[in-house]
Amino acid sequence: MRPGNAQASAAPATPQAPGLQVRGLACRRGGMRLFAPVDFDLAAGELLFVRGRNGRGKTTLLRAICGLTEPASGEIRFHGDSIRTMDDARRMALLYIGHRDALKEELTPLENLQMHLGLRAVGNIDEDHLLDALEAAGLGERVDTPVRYLSQGQRRRTALARLLVSQATLWVLDEPLTALDTDAVAWMAERINGHLEDGGMVICTSHQPIQGLHRARTLDLG
Amino acid sequence: MGRSLWTLLKRDITLLVLRRQDVMTIIAFFLIVTTLLPLSVGPEPETLRALAPGGVWIAAALASLISLDRLFADDWRDGTLEQLALGPAPLALVALTKITAHWLALGLPLVLLSPLMGYALGLQGMALLILPLSLALGTPVLSLLGATGAALTLGVRAGGALMALLILPLYVPVLILGSGAVSEAMHAAGAGPHLSLLGALLALALPLAPLAVAGALRIALD
Repeated sequence: MRPGNAQASAAPATPQAPGLQVRGLACRRGGMRLFAPVDFDLAAGELLFVRGRNGRGKTTLLRAICGLTEPASGEIRFHGDSIRTMDDARRMALLYIGHRDALKEELTPLENLQMHLGLRAVGNIDEDHLLDALEAAGLGERVDTPVRYLSQGQRRRTALARLLVSQATLWVLDEPLTALDTDAVAWMAERINGHLEDGGMVICTSHQPIQGLHRARTLDLG
Repeated sequence: MGRSLWTLLKRDITLLVLRRQDVMTIIAFFLIVTTLLPLSVGPEPETLRALAPGGVWIAAALASLISLDRLFADDWRDGTLEQLALGPAPLALVALTKITAHWLALGLPLVLLSPLMGYALGLQGMALLILPLSLALGTPVLSLLGATGAALTLGVRAGGALMALLILPLYVPVLILGSGAVSEAMHAAGAGPHLSLLGALLALALPLAPLAVAGALRIALD
């Protein structure tokens, strides 16, 4: 099963507006400006790799793009709609995976994935589909083990399994490779490439290089 | 949106049931604080009966306060709150849903146990009926007010103590009306006016507190 296939129809890009449009975006943290105003466009099938030393505001940039952090100035438009006021369908076309995995320790990876989709109001969740996704993420035997007993890497894999079942077109990934082993890093690169081929968009930060990515553009925050 | 909130309600209750010890701790706390009353003021039945409404209500208010400490803290720490903020439901409704789940799991047992504690302290007749009724109207108000404090002190060191300072003064009207209702019922006067005012407080807090909570959560997420 190719979970990415249904995604292109979830939020069709209007031809005139690029998928994501960022103009003059600047963020402050504790009264200090983090980076010079940033401009970029991201169209279907493109990947933006955000680089920068520690504390340069990579995470803040990503959170501002999702609408979690109020930017000091600038404008972010997703398919032409402001990120602040866009409707539910647009919101669900964006998937953010941050530093923190958003997993509940008491629940199993399968239950966590079901919860995640339920909270995003995704209907009719086919359990086999979710099991396939967790299997692909490398959690085969651990789908019924409470997350409390999983290693850091397995938790990260559980969080990343969301990518396989979500309908989102824009993935915003903050250090997705943290705690992953080499197999999982290769798998992640493959998934990102697959998503881009299906017309998706990815914004990603990572301190370690991801080998084998196509069409990567880089935004350097210094 | 409805599906998302329904999932959240089920998830929060499931988590509270899985963390059985938390629920048991709060119930035990309520029982022990109530039991302290005869131990500290002596077993004189008339004195105990006069102090019973206030004693049970103080125990319920303190139990509510310490149970609300973690209402948002876990979701905030593990990143679930970010995902909820990006979800389809407005943050105020997310907050109201979480408060509802919390009250069902932790407030309702206190309401159901209160006649037993009232009986142990010598309450009779109508007062035994008015006590749970006043708690059923009053403890949701305590939860709503307490949730506001919990959201405001999110991420603050020693947040629990600060929250008590912020919230206990706001508990005063509820405490006065609640224990007043039971005292009135004991003296064969009508508890109606007190209960009506408690209901009015609930009607006021129900729409307003979630908005305040949502504002505080946005600040905590930024």
